[in-house]
Amino acid sequence: MEYQQLKFFEKNNRIPGGCGVAGIVNVKGNLFSGENIITSICTMNERGNGLGAGYAGYGIYPEFKDNWCFHIMYDDIRAKEIVEDFLEDGFDIVNEEPIPVHRVKTLQYIPLLYRYFIDIKRDKNSQELYDQQEYILSTIMKINKNFDGAYVFSSGKNMGIFKGVGEPEEIGDFYRISDYKGYIWTAHNRFPTNTVGWWGGAHPFGILDWSVVHNGEISSYGINRRYLENAGYYCTLFTDTEVITYLFDLLYRRHQLDFNIIGNILSSPFWEMIDREEKEKMEFLKALRIIYAPALLNGPFAIIVANSDTVIGLNDRIKLRPLVSAERGDFVYLASEESAIRCVCKLPENVWMPEAGEPVVVQIKRV
Amino acid sequence: MAKAKNITEFIIERDERRCIKCQACVRVCASDVHSYDDESQELLSDNSRCVGCHFCEDICPTGALTIKRNPSATKDNAHWTRDYIYRIVKQSTTGGILLTGMGNDKQYKNYFEHMVLNAAQVTNPSIDPLREPMELRTFIGRRPDRIRYEKIKENKYILKESISNLLHLEIPVMFSAMSFGSISLNACKSLAKAAFLSGTYWNTGEGGMHRNLYPYAERAIVQIASGRFGVNTEYLERAAAVEIKIGQGAKPGIGGHLPGEKVSEEISLTRMIPEGTDAISPAPHHDIYSIEDLRQLIFAIKEVTSYKKPVGVKIAAVHNVAPIASGIVRAGADFVTIDGIRGGTGAAPLVIRDNVGIPIELAVAVVDQRLRDEGIRNQASIIAAGGFKTSADIVKAIALGADVVYIGSAALIALGCHLCQKCYTGKCNWGIATQDSYLTKRLNPDIGAERLCNLLKAWALEIKEMLGGMGINAIESLRGNREQLRGIDLTETELKLLGIKYAGEAW
Repeated sequence: MEYQQLKFFEKNNRIPGGCGVAGIVNVKGNLFSGENIITSICTMNERGNGLGAGYAGYGIYPEFKDNWCFHIMYDDIRAKEIVEDFLEDGFDIVNEEPIPVHRVKTLQYIPLLYRYFIDIKRDKNSQELYDQQEYILSTIMKINKNFDGAYVFSSGKNMGIFKGVGEPEEIGDFYRISDYKGYIWTAHNRFPTNTVGWWGGAHPFGILDWSVVHNGEISSYGINRRYLENAGYYCTLFTDTEVITYLFDLLYRRHQLDFNIIGNILSSPFWEMIDREEKEKMEFLKALRIIYAPALLNGPFAIIVANSDTVIGLNDRIKLRPLVSAERGDFVYLASEESAIRCVCKLPENVWMPEAGEPVVVQIKRV
Repeated sequence: MAKAKNITEFIIERDERRCIKCQACVRVCASDVHSYDDESQELLSDNSRCVGCHFCEDICPTGALTIKRNPSATKDNAHWTRDYIYRIVKQSTTGGILLTGMGNDKQYKNYFEHMVLNAAQVTNPSIDPLREPMELRTFIGRRPDRIRYEKIKENKYILKESISNLLHLEIPVMFSAMSFGSISLNACKSLAKAAFLSGTYWNTGEGGMHRNLYPYAERAIVQIASGRFGVNTEYLERAAAVEIKIGQGAKPGIGGHLPGEKVSEEISLTRMIPEGTDAISPAPHHDIYSIEDLRQLIFAIKEVTSYKKPVGVKIAAVHNVAPIASGIVRAGADFVTIDGIRGGTGAAPLVIRDNVGIPIELAVAVVDQRLRDEGIRNQASIIAAGGFKTSADIVKAIALGADVVYIGSAALIALGCHLCQKCYTGKCNWGIATQDSYLTKRLNPDIGAERLCNLLKAWALEIKEMLGGMGINAIESLRGNREQLRGIDLTETELKLLGIKYAGEAW
């Protein structure tokens, strides 16, 4: 298939697949190089098929930490010009540059990759803007939905997502991941079940400072998507992962729920368990299930979700996909397989398999 | 013209080698088909009286009877079928409206049979309901759009807004409204007891609640219809929920009429009307001529019941069903019941039953979408009704967006009904649609309840198998999840209205 066809295909088709996920966190917020996350994810190459990989790093842009950072991929210069015109309308562009890359011969269909450090223009700030994040969200929705050949794949502050079609070591090398220093790193190794070549389809998937890496398939996708559309989130990519990202944004940012509650919504306990709880807790869990029934994620998944302050690992209700956690010192590790942890942390102090539906919540406590 | 001949629909075939002349058939038939001639010691049958209910055939101890369709043929005619010829014969004899019972028997397109379900393969494991939990628990009623709570300490929360006034079902199937009067007390008791035992709800219909059914009241949805029969404060307080009946799928826009001869002492007490008087439910509620009037009634009922019970509204599925349902939700209803064109009845004009309304599949799809478009889907549950005949229909209706499904005809079939469509005559041999104590005692409410429980249990098992196959372990993940459906043999318009893709299209 031609690149354009491929892109159209990927953008308009939901592609399920198996995958590998990994995450490394420094809970004190100290920065460390992206080298280990590459080693960790590459240990699980069995879980991918070379058709997608990616990384998310937090704390990587200290010099622009107060600016929104958009990573945008373009099909051609024309798309770039149109989007830049649009951005200049609403934003002050503090810095603009191609994302620095190493040439990797084996990679194909490489789009134009640019990053922008931007501020929302003052007049916008005062007028229509009651909430910066809502404004950024709607800007991204506009670009991704309306501008052909352009796709915003990272949009937080002091964080970035780097992804593409290739093996994780190729993508890591290409984006020079080991040159960055962050306090949270997550990574993804993809096994899509269709031959696809669009870079935007790889993980992590992100919006604002959320990033999600996901192994699994969501059987409840149909209803999750309709629920989100009611809340103004339009799923432009038709991927399960997009739905997960928006659900986190809706529940955490808009409904202001904490991560334990979100875990209970997305991967809710069974009625059998709820019925056994003491009255107050039972009432609470029951209300959650009733109110957020369309947000329940059904089907197999293991996800690592991050924002600037937190990393969450979560499994589906009956743990149909693997997820292991470990700790050593200030570091917390999450991965699909224990091997991916032990290759970067020889002697973890504590290794455990999170129970089905029980979130592992790692809070960053900066000193 | 010569006197019109009696129309004979069925022929009774008696195998003389098997018949032992026990005369059971003579004793049981309420239509007086069978007779015994003492002189010739022969059993005779008047075929023209037979309604095809199969009671004699089922009760005959030696299996000597077979009911067959009358083979007497008129010339084949695709336009003037025998059915339409008979109608004209009957009406030119009587000058009256033709009545019928049960649901529409015409061949309108059945969309359930044009939708297929999904199953998980490889990328997503299917789940075995015999090994893993599989949840069908369902709630009916209004729910807030988000949770409001207070965090006491880490991992300890209390609700600031309770949502306790919901109906709680262990299976998303309920028994739809059938009044005492339209059916026998034993039939009512069978339904009520089965609902009680199966963790679901039954519906009184517009006939009040007989005192013998009080033990099952906590599992009852009581109806308020245009005749307001049997309605007082206790009636509302006793129930789990209240349903205002505006219309019914079998006869949209038409009222009801229980003739005085059927208003026995028990029915008179239950309906709170004098014995022997006609019980007439007008076509409209004469205090509801608009949506704002409906709102007043909804809130009057909520006031009486201290806002503790869900109050819903039942309408027939008609052309404008989506905007009407939206109005009902905005008027304060906690659930909307939609009854499709295949919904049953005890009595309805034949032309109305067969020609008015739209299929429930389309109605559920457009109502669910409309409520979502308006952002009010959380404010009310959708109950679908009208000809549900298998667990697969239920799964498909839920995937289209229904919360719960009502079954009426299917429940009566479990009690013995053979769909002879003669409910309005009051001569139901199966003891269901009759008040004749000689007939009603044939239906043992304990056995009836057991059969209904069996049906619900069997359907629950089947629903779980289908869910597990899709890789889903809670019914809420199926609800409105139209990705699990694909259409076959449907037009663009039909696909659009149902909100589903064509078979072969991936996600």
